[in-house]
Amino acid sequence: MNVLIFLIVFPLVISLLALVLPRGFHIRKTIGTVANVVLCALPIYLLVTNLDQGPSYFRLESGFVDILIFLLEVLIAGYLIYLSVRAKRYLPVILVLIQMSIMIGFEFTYGHSIQVEHVLFMDKFSIIMALIVGIIGSAICLYGFGYMPEYHEHYPEVKDRRNYFGFLMYLFLSAMFGIIFSNNLLWLFFFWEVTTLCSFLLIGYRDDKASQDSAFRALNMNLIGGVVFAFGIVYLFVTTQTMELDKLLLLDQGAVLLPAVCFAFAGLAKSAQFPFSSWLTGAMVAPTPVSALLHSSTMVKAGVYLILRVSPVMDNTVAAQMLTLIGGVSFLVTALIAISQSNAKKVLAYSTISNLGLIVACAGVNTPAAVWSALLLIIFHAVAKSLLFLCVGIIEYKLGSRDIEDMDFLIMRLPKLTAVMMIGMAGMFLAPFGMIISKFVTLKAFVDGNPAMAIILAYGSAATIFFWTKWMGKIISIRHGEVEVVEHTVSTWEWITLGILAVATVAVCLAFPFISIHVIDPYIMELFNTAPVIDMFNVLVVFAIMFSLLIILPLGLLYYAFINKNYKRVGTYLGGGNVSNITFEGAMDATQPIQLKNYYLEKYFGEERLFYVGVFVSLTLIFIMFGVAAI
Amino acid sequence: MNTIHEIVLSWGVFERMLAFVLLAPLVGGLLAGIDRKVSARFQGRYGPPVLQPFYDAFKLFQKEKIIVNKFQDFNIVLFLMFTIFSGALFFAGADLLLTIFSLALAGTFFVLGGFCVGSPYSHLGAEREIIQQVAYEPMIILVAIGMYQVTGSFKVAVIAQYQLPLILYLPGVFAGFLYILTIKFRKSPFDLSMSHHAHQEIVRGLTTEFSGSTLALIEIAHWYENVLLLGMVYLFFGFNPWLAVFVALATYLFEIFIDMNYARFKWQLTFGSSWLFTAVAGVSNIIVLSLMR
Amino acid sequence: MGWFKRSPWVLHYNATSCNGCDIEVIVSLTPLYDLERFGIINTGNPKHADILAVTGSVNEKSRQVLLNLYEQMPNPKVVVAVGLCATSGCVFQDCYNVLGGVDKVLPVDVYVPGCAARPESIIDGILKACEILEEKYKLQKKQAASG
Repeated sequence: MNVLIFLIVFPLVISLLALVLPRGFHIRKTIGTVANVVLCALPIYLLVTNLDQGPSYFRLESGFVDILIFLLEVLIAGYLIYLSVRAKRYLPVILVLIQMSIMIGFEFTYGHSIQVEHVLFMDKFSIIMALIVGIIGSAICLYGFGYMPEYHEHYPEVKDRRNYFGFLMYLFLSAMFGIIFSNNLLWLFFFWEVTTLCSFLLIGYRDDKASQDSAFRALNMNLIGGVVFAFGIVYLFVTTQTMELDKLLLLDQGAVLLPAVCFAFAGLAKSAQFPFSSWLTGAMVAPTPVSALLHSSTMVKAGVYLILRVSPVMDNTVAAQMLTLIGGVSFLVTALIAISQSNAKKVLAYSTISNLGLIVACAGVNTPAAVWSALLLIIFHAVAKSLLFLCVGIIEYKLGSRDIEDMDFLIMRLPKLTAVMMIGMAGMFLAPFGMIISKFVTLKAFVDGNPAMAIILAYGSAATIFFWTKWMGKIISIRHGEVEVVEHTVSTWEWITLGILAVATVAVCLAFPFISIHVIDPYIMELFNTAPVIDMFNVLVVFAIMFSLLIILPLGLLYYAFINKNYKRVGTYLGGGNVSNITFEGAMDATQPIQLKNYYLEKYFGEERLFYVGVFVSLTLIFIMFGVAAI
Repeated sequence: MNTIHEIVLSWGVFERMLAFVLLAPLVGGLLAGIDRKVSARFQGRYGPPVLQPFYDAFKLFQKEKIIVNKFQDFNIVLFLMFTIFSGALFFAGADLLLTIFSLALAGTFFVLGGFCVGSPYSHLGAEREIIQQVAYEPMIILVAIGMYQVTGSFKVAVIAQYQLPLILYLPGVFAGFLYILTIKFRKSPFDLSMSHHAHQEIVRGLTTEFSGSTLALIEIAHWYENVLLLGMVYLFFGFNPWLAVFVALATYLFEIFIDMNYARFKWQLTFGSSWLFTAVAGVSNIIVLSLMR
Repeated sequence: MGWFKRSPWVLHYNATSCNGCDIEVIVSLTPLYDLERFGIINTGNPKHADILAVTGSVNEKSRQVLLNLYEQMPNPKVVVAVGLCATSGCVFQDCYNVLGGVDKVLPVDVYVPGCAARPESIIDGILKACEILEEKYKLQKKQAASG
């Protein structure tokens, strides 16, 4: 248990150090690196020591902590009200006031009668999440060391608040560990709100109008989720006297369905499912480490984490079916919208919402196979998506643009980065990488549980092929002639992080049988008393593909680059009008350069049309979900 | 005749894969030759000899090697390798979904080859190839789902030996599959990205910048893929092997017939009609099957 | 075995021709004459072609294009000048705006006379070009082996 408390408190200490230590100190980076290594090592330690154990629950003399948490909540609420009033936005004020009145009222009426047996707990799912937060989170903070100086060089008009940035990042990590290890729902709620606060402040880091708008939109939507979360907690305690997650799962379904649905709703808001997706796409104005950490691999995963925790309660109800459909609609619609986006970060954002939708749908289906694939999806997506965000962050500076249409010939300008990006993108949709294993398993889970979802998955995965392949094609295009190579200016911190994540993308796929047998299966056994059986032949095939790629790709590239000399190089076919390697003779004798643009199909998959479809459908589903639970 | 069937059934995994790797190009090339002959006859011509695709391939191997950039051929080599691998998986009786995903990987390498040369025609061909892939992908996955719903397994070995006629349970899925088969065989009206007919509006499309032995490899990869696709047609009639082989060949001739009768569609119509047909024929079949359980 | 003889692919280019010879070339592919029974395909892409069939008397603009196309064709390759204009410029040979025949720009292997060249002559010329293609290939192989 000490490890758990350490994991929650240690990043908090680091965050305060980050805030307090003056900027010029070299020791800052050393402390940060050491902290990151510790944050990576501890979850691994947890994994290794708990491989054979079931879930563990911990008591804590927590009266003092409870009061502290309550005070901090009030303080945070006050701070949010202050910021909102200063920015002349009143919706957050109303939401915070509603939330605080619920919590304060609850505390004063029932506070003394709350008895919590186990405050913290840990099972295999928590360990998986801890690994993700620890390893990916610290890798991204490491990346931030190299990234933030460059950010301020590029944007001299942004006030340099690097200390504050580091403080918020590590505070966020602390809150994430809190969410993962809390069994006491009040504590979970507190950490949940801290992540909302961090997200709000980090999105608004730049302090210009666009960032402020996006930050407040994120705040509003997460506060709506928070209000419903608070209501759920109060309702739960008033009707069943329970304040613990594990006890919630043991209660009779009829009594706790409404609170569970409230928690699921809060999770939907945090994971930016429809109708809440716009806060995530808007949050892309934040600096890249924020997008990578909060908005793709960790905070949004907290949302699906909560949904996965409460979904057993909703088993076999109409509410669960509604949840599945909301996830499915989010998955399909955002995959289609991503086809029409040319802003790289928006594509990544929509892809994130899409994958989270798939996880939510798996949670709704709630069969052993579905939950198994949900966990796999969480792992594989977190690793690959954070890698991609970090790469796009670097590209943004070297090319001066985050538009995919400007990424022509990236493989000539930033070769190693392109290679790493290809690994990340392949990790999102291609065999033999993890996502395809997950999609494979998810499809099988859906066919047994909910064929409509299988159909949605079929269409949705076709859509994902579209936008990933055309992006991949864009960055590997090659042309004659010299192109400026800008790679040498990428900082070492950034390379280390990219290296870690790229290796992780491959390693996690290779380690998948181990992960499945030792970590995921035990968790599924605890939940369902059976575990899905993986077909070893399929695993062997996937391995065969992976190993052959790992061997053939480097060898082939070396061969074609250096050994194969028996060829003649000519220009591309331009109807015979080649003037030079990159220009041709066009109409009216004009020499024109070759320009290649991708299809975006805005008329069919444009954001405007599809967004409203998604919002409308999901709102309907949410109303049905709540209606069914309330009755 | 039945002894052939017995012999094939008695082969182990490794023998099947080897048989596929060695025999499929011969079968595929012959099919391509029959295609050209029959198309010519439809048009009132004599047409080339049936072995013409082999002559083409041999000639192409003898051409000088010219390239636009050093890595374009590598993509095609990977495309060929993974197509062979997918086919070998299929005929070894492995998981159908895995075969489909492996084939998608192969297709991605093909598209990347078209993108990496940086030529306008090739680029357009590659974009259209992606649209084609997106158009047929849902239906192919629905084929796998449908077969699973009827037989209870995704494994080709189990599906192929299922005693009941799959076609009776999966008529809609089969119709949808025939529709997208036109796309996969690269026949009009869906031959948007590269056409075996004379050059059309994007010259040779995806294959514009490939020549010589690389072009031959693309052709051979398509032969392997065609054999794999006809194998999938076989699965629908697996209860009677000779009927299944007959239907597979008849399907191929049917596709040639469609090819001769239609001009090329625009990509909007290809994409929209494929997804729509998939929904109407395939999805309804799946839903009916799931309600029947 | 003579694979080039069995599968020659033609790239047809119009260098300022009046289209008469072009039509005759296309006609050769139609069912009446059917060039495809020899395995001949009209490909529009120099990288896929073995035979470059040129019509027209070639002016400055098409000179550039011809050189481009010829360069993008892989060896072995042959050039067939179809029609009198491509052979020598015919009635236009003294005009200031034409160069007067394909051999002013590229090394021509087969000349097909006629105005417009008849499909039978064109087919004859293409088939002769296939023979020359085979010889060139043998020569190329010998050079590669020795050199």
